This record gives sequence, C-alpha cells and structure tokens, in this order.
Amino acid sequence: MRELKILTETFQSLGGDPEVFQDRHIAHMAASGHRLVSQREIPGVTIDAHETGDGITNTIIIEKGKHIELPIHLCLGITEKTGIQRIQTRLVIEEGASASFLAHCLFPFVESGEHRMDATLEIKEGAHVRYNESHYQGTLGGMVVVPQAMVSVGPGAQYFSDFSLVKGRVGQLQIDYVVQVEASAVAELTSKVFGRGSDIIHIKEKIVLTGEHARGLIKTRVALEHDAQGEMTGIMEAHAKGARGHVDCREIIKDRAVGRAIPIVQVTHPEAKVTHEASIGTVDKKELETLMAHGLDPEQATELIVSGMLQ
Amino acid sequence: MPLVDIQHLTCEIGGSTILRDLTLSIEEQEIHALLGANGSGKSTLAYVLMGCEGFTPSGGTMIFKGMDLGPLPMFERARLGMTLAWQEPARFEGITVSNFIRLGKPGVDPAPYLTKVGLSPEGYGPRFVDRSLSGGERKRIELAAVLALKPRFAILDEPTAGIDMLSVQDMMNVIRSFKEDGASVLLITHQETIALMADHASQLCGGRIIASGHPKDIADQYKQGSCIRCDGERCLPFATAR
Repeated sequence: MRELKILTETFQSLGGDPEVFQDRHIAHMAASGHRLVSQREIPGVTIDAHETGDGITNTIIIEKGKHIELPIHLCLGITEKTGIQRIQTRLVIEEGASASFLAHCLFPFVESGEHRMDATLEIKEGAHVRYNESHYQGTLGGMVVVPQAMVSVGPGAQYFSDFSLVKGRVGQLQIDYVVQVEASAVAELTSKVFGRGSDIIHIKEKIVLTGEHARGLIKTRVALEHDAQGEMTGIMEAHAKGARGHVDCREIIKDRAVGRAIPIVQVTHPEAKVTHEASIGTVDKKELETLMAHGLDPEQATELIVSGMLQ
Repeated sequence: MPLVDIQHLTCEIGGSTILRDLTLSIEEQEIHALLGANGSGKSTLAYVLMGCEGFTPSGGTMIFKGMDLGPLPMFERARLGMTLAWQEPARFEGITVSNFIRLGKPGVDPAPYLTKVGLSPEGYGPRFVDRSLSGGERKRIELAAVLALKPRFAILDEPTAGIDMLSVQDMMNVIRSFKEDGASVLLITHQETIALMADHASQLCGGRIIASGHPKDIADQYKQGSCIRCDGERCLPFATAR
C-alpha cells in the first residue's frame, strides 16, 4: 500500500525502525489522511478504529492490570501535498495497567494541510502511561496542526507526555491540553519545539491538581529563529492538601523571532504549592562561553546548546 | 620567553578599575598560584585572559606562545591551547557528561578522565551536565573536561571550591597531572594548602600583583592581611615591606 510505504519510509528516515509495523508482538495503528492503512491488536490491547469522511475515529483500551511491554505505535500522517486529517481518539488505560505509546505524526510533503487531534485519555487508578509524540511536518511550513487533549489521571496513576517537533518546519501549531490529576497521581507534560521561518507556535497546557498529594510538571522548551513566533501558556492549579506543581518554560530566540511565556499558577489550598520559572532570550552567555573555551565557535556552541535543550 | 606574558594589564568594568597595571609571567609547565581576597580581581584576570564578553582590557598586553591574545576571540584563544575552568561551571540541558568531556576533542575516551577526578565512567558518563549534579560533581566534571582538552595553559578558578575535604588531595593530584601532561596552570585559589602545591605564587590586591615568589612566602604574607573583601589598601604595606 503506497501510503503505508511513504509513512514507514519517512518514519525510517527520522530514525525509526519500520519493522515495528510487521512485528506481531507490537500493537499499532497507521492512518494516512482518512484512510486506515494498518493496525494490529495484541493481547491486552484492543483497537477499534474507523474511517470517517476526513479522518479516523478510534478507541484504544489497555485492559485492567495488563502491562504492555513493547511500545504501541500510532502512525498518523498525510502523504499527499494537500490534505486534511481529523483524528478523534479515546484512550483508556484501565486500573493498574501500564503501557507506552509512540505516536509518529508525519506530513513529509505537505504544501498545505491540516491535522486536528481531539483526544480523550482516561488513565484509571494505579495505571501508568508514557505517551511520546513526535512530529515531522516537512520543510515547507504549510501544515496547520491542532492537537487537543482532555486527560484524566486517576488516583495513584502516572502520566508522562512528551511532544517533540524539532526537525523541519512547524507551520502553525496550536496545542491545547488539559490534565486533571487525582490523589497521589502524577502528570508530567514536556513539549519541545523548534520554530523557523514564519512558523507560529501556540502551546497551552493546563494541569489541575485536584487530589491530595497530586504532582504536576509542565516543562516547555522552545527555540525560535528567523521570523518565528511562539507563545507558551502553562497553567498549574493546585486545589488539595500536599499537591505540588511546577511550570518550567525556557525559550531561546534568535534573529527576529518573538517569544512569549505566560505562566499562570493558582492555589486554593493552604497546604498546596505551585512554583514556576520562565526564561526567554538568547543563549545563556555562560553556557556559550564555556563551550567556546573548549574551542567551539559561536555558531557551533549555539547549535549545541539549542539541540541539547530540545533533546 | 615565558609561555604566558602579561604586561601592564588594565581592565575597567562599569567605570571601576578592576585590574591595574598588572604584570605576570608564567613559564612552561609551571603551576602558578594566584592568591587574593574576594574582589581583588582574580576571576576578572581569568576572564580577561580567556577573552570573555565584557572583559576587554583597556591597556597592556597578553602574550601566549608568542602571540598577542588581544585581537583574538575566545574560541581562537582556546584553539591555541588555552582554556578556563569556571569557579561556578555552567550547566547544560541535554548534553551528557561523556559528550561534554569530548567537546573540542571528539575522539577522546572520557573514561580515564572521569576516573581521574573520582567519578565512575559508567555512572556519570550517560548523565546530563544539568541541575541534577551537585556543585562538587559539576566541578569534577569541569576539571575532567579541561584535562581531556590537553591544553598548554589551563586557568583553574577555585578548582577545589565545593569539593569535600576528603577529596581535596585527589583534586590536587588532578591539578598536578596538568603539569605532567605538559601544561602550565594559573591556579586561582583562596586555600593555602592548594597554593602550596604551586611552583610559584603571586598575590593580587586591588587589581595589582603586589608580590610574587615562593608559594610559602606568598601564602604567609597573604595570611597576614586582614581583608575579608579586598580594598586594595591594607595589603600594600606588606608588599612594601618585602
């Protein structure tokens, strides 16, 4: 199938192993535009996916108490020069289950396209989820990507999310995640984006710590060059005894790029605590000079600092 | 001809003169200790020598290996064979300890350098040079990285600050190994025990070198001063007496 071939070749060119889509021990779902091109269930993982007029709707369930050892791959993309893809996902990690997901969102040749993701993640009591999402949106800057997610993290559960878009152009990116964290649960959201050309990046992430001793971290790392613009909004609310949250935003800007960081913290319980830190500006002088004292010229040193930050 | 020859160096920062007519030379494979109270200009001298931004001399000359450092940017000075280990080293996200030690020497094996500073290569090599490291660990990694560069001239700014007492002797051995590898060292320190390992020493006061000589003599003189923070005045009578 042509679409699957393009997706797997792009995946491979970015360092992925295309064999994961052949391995019968690895669950996966792959979609190009509104075509479902491949999927596999394994014991403990059910995938119910359907094509719609302009995308895919799917429900993925990790059964109660199951520990899925190998990452579940979700490969989504547009393989043509233009296209629209709307994904509606419901992800349920049942009580005590654990799984990791590797989502590859690939739009290698798109001149003008749109990808929207409306996701609901239900992470039940004691479950553990790691969700890594990496994007490649080509070199033309013609993509509009709008990922939205509502996540509930049940008592004692753990949710770690890592969004990465550091190669090629972004186009327009509008992330909007809201995470509710119950008692003794943990949620960590990490986003790493490199904007170039006229890219426009809006990242809005909100964690609401509703349960006692809930923990939350929003960590955003953005590099902007040329005329790129970025606005990062990290919202952390703590409403229960012992809840702890932290918002950590770092942006490096070059050329004519413009960066904004908006940390919003709200605490409604006297025994909760939320902290935040944000820095926007050029590369840290001391980091730069340390590398130059090792013989790296300013360009090499800057590149190393930026790539390290986005790693 | 000395490896490093500093003549009549003057540096003003923010309207204040920090280094005044400073003259100092360092020979090949010499460890030269620089003693002085807080604010005497020790770190400023390190930054001026290395060519850090904002530390441009307003007078005097700095010669390294016969070349005038004045017009050279920092990375070109480093490529000539000189380097600086900061008093409070920078931290980096996403750069592993192993890769940090390989900076400027891509083919180098970090393991022996980590071992030399008392860190396990297996335990520390894959870690990031970030905030997860303690101050002492970060200092050791800085020394390992500078050692791996095999410089001709290393400026070590308070290399044992933040190192636990039991490990200070190990760090002194590391400093000696610079000399064994053929390097000269400008050893900036407050600690007498560290200064005494040097071949020569100088005392800095108010941005001037007020005495140079045997480390024991210079350390004794330095201890007679009552400065907590250098005022550039109180040490001068001792210097005159010498």
